[in-house]
Amino acid sequence: MAERLLEVEDLRTHFRTIDGTVRAVDGVSFHIASGETLAVVGESGCGKSVTSMSILRLIQEPPGKITGSVRFKGRDLLKLSEKEMRDIRGNEISMIFQEPMTSLNPVLTVGRQIGETLKLHQGMDDKAAEARAIEMLELVHIPEARRRVKEYPHQLSGGMRQRVMIAMALACNPQLLIADEPTTALDVTIQAQILELMGELKSKVGAAILLITHDLGVVAEMAERIVVMYAGRKVEEARAADLFGSPRHPYTQGLLGAVPKLGSSLEGRGRTRLSEIPGIVPNLKRPIEGCAFASRCPNVTDLCRKVAPGVELKAPGHFVACHHAPREAIAA
Amino acid sequence: MTQAPAKPAARPLLEVNDLKKHFPIRSGFLSGISGYVYAVDGVSFSINRGETLSLVGESGCGKSTVGRTVLRLIEPTAGQVLLDGERIDDLPARRLRPLRRRMQVVFQDPFSSLNPRLKVRDILAEPITNFGLATSKGELDDRLADLMDKVRLPRDAMNRFPHEFSGGQRQRIGIARALAPGSDLIICDEAVSALDVSVKAQIVNLLSDLQDELGVSLLFISHDLAIVEHITHRVAVMYLGKIVEIADKKTLFAAPKHPYTEALLSAVPVPDPTTKRNRIILKGDVPSPIRPPSGCRFHTRCPHAFDRCKVEEPTLKVVAPGQFAACHLHDPAVQPVARAA
Repeated sequence: MAERLLEVEDLRTHFRTIDGTVRAVDGVSFHIASGETLAVVGESGCGKSVTSMSILRLIQEPPGKITGSVRFKGRDLLKLSEKEMRDIRGNEISMIFQEPMTSLNPVLTVGRQIGETLKLHQGMDDKAAEARAIEMLELVHIPEARRRVKEYPHQLSGGMRQRVMIAMALACNPQLLIADEPTTALDVTIQAQILELMGELKSKVGAAILLITHDLGVVAEMAERIVVMYAGRKVEEARAADLFGSPRHPYTQGLLGAVPKLGSSLEGRGRTRLSEIPGIVPNLKRPIEGCAFASRCPNVTDLCRKVAPGVELKAPGHFVACHHAPREAIAA
Repeated sequence: MTQAPAKPAARPLLEVNDLKKHFPIRSGFLSGISGYVYAVDGVSFSINRGETLSLVGESGCGKSTVGRTVLRLIEPTAGQVLLDGERIDDLPARRLRPLRRRMQVVFQDPFSSLNPRLKVRDILAEPITNFGLATSKGELDDRLADLMDKVRLPRDAMNRFPHEFSGGQRQRIGIARALAPGSDLIICDEAVSALDVSVKAQIVNLLSDLQDELGVSLLFISHDLAIVEHITHRVAVMYLGKIVEIADKKTLFAAPKHPYTEALLSAVPVPDPTTKRNRIILKGDVPSPIRPPSGCRFHTRCPHAFDRCKVEEPTLKVVAPGQFAACHLHDPAVQPVARAA
């Protein structure tokens, strides 16, 4: 087994608010090996973005509170000082955000924004940083990089801005890249371009990727392993082929059924119905007794309402948090 | 019963002919108009009763502008809009108002499209009282209760405010509001785009059920092809203010004829890691609608473009039964040339 680059254990991120504590992330564990792509999927409010921000400690404390451990190359990031953390952010671990419009600084040129991390972390001077910025823009296939490096974000299209974000994130050769909904704000044809670029860079740069997304199509295309989150908890973890091929948690099953697949309505006559998951996500301000999915689950029993299921190994490499998920015989 | 005379073709509920909307650009105070955004530039389609037509395309292709112009939330620059055979694009406001009862809209964002200070009851009662559709309080209450049932919300939820509902429930309220005056046509402008997967499926199914129940026509504006496939009867694909292809759902998804439709379909990520598809990656970005490319507007990104595409604009032509595409590749005269290219 490859070396574990990042190990997240029992991560809990809670926010104190006037009317109660929001348990945004409530005991999540996973790991990423060097060079691996792990996707964390789930719907809005499931805690996937808070998980990624907790890893880089981008959560304001208070009102937030992060507990558990986040070991990166053996060091627990949650125990580092703010100064030590700054040496890691943008250098060893970097991040791509969803909104390329708002996550670039509108009053600085693209070149300066890419160069900033290089000057800070690698002590480059202005000239070297600009040369490297041009190199990075060429790497992400921005035409006329020499001219573009002097332009401002508003002069670029959405797809180009996302390319700049990627160039910025990769400038210091990070070992882990956190991509939080990297293509959600883009049109499908531009999304296809960015996904192709990320696939190409992955083999070129060799960084591990933590992909945060709600789009199961994107996940199927990019990820090797997948963690499914629901209401702040991990409900299932498996290799991509196993998760899509034989999902074991009722939530994952429902989610996969609810996603319309292109071309799937063409066989039958007339219109087809999508399978729906009844009900809505529970309120995270109230402590959830038992399984978080119990109120919407088709297989719910009294046990589910009382006892929260632990995450158990149900098949090789396949972890599920469900009392009723079938267990496959595993050779010892 | 043999050779029964063909029924006279029923008039479509909505007909749109060569609709244009050009937004003027004013570059400064007093400096006059310096150009136009050609948001919608000659779009024609029709929708039958009880039918769903989807308008798909990427941001900025003009699909929402079409919806708003049909509703006359913005005034068209040119072209005709006919509701039941009656031209509504040039009606004065006074005469348009009673027709608004028949055309309603569901917006994308369920958070900003409901008045936060009104109770659900008042939100739904407004269109009913506005058009004088209830004569007594009792009748109004009956209609409101019926609306809540239709969108599968509990009746007692009427006394709550929008903020007490989740995104999916709010979108149900938005749909109930659109149904309230007994409309014939509902324009859904990205009505499910802001919702999560599991909730999206609920709303898509609800819209299909309501159509079967009430026979309303839907103009479903969306960028999400996978969702469109499940709700629509016909699809029109837009690119830079023009319809490039329009066809029955099955024909379009099984055998797209325009290269843009092909690329669009191939770009949609499929939630199945075992399928490997030949993806057509389009180069570059959508050009600006202020200076659309000459000839075919898609020629700057089209993998099959040849000389003629740069100078001559293709028109929508029949390429298969019930399928129209605007592409020179399907002109029988040039086909051999294109194949060679």
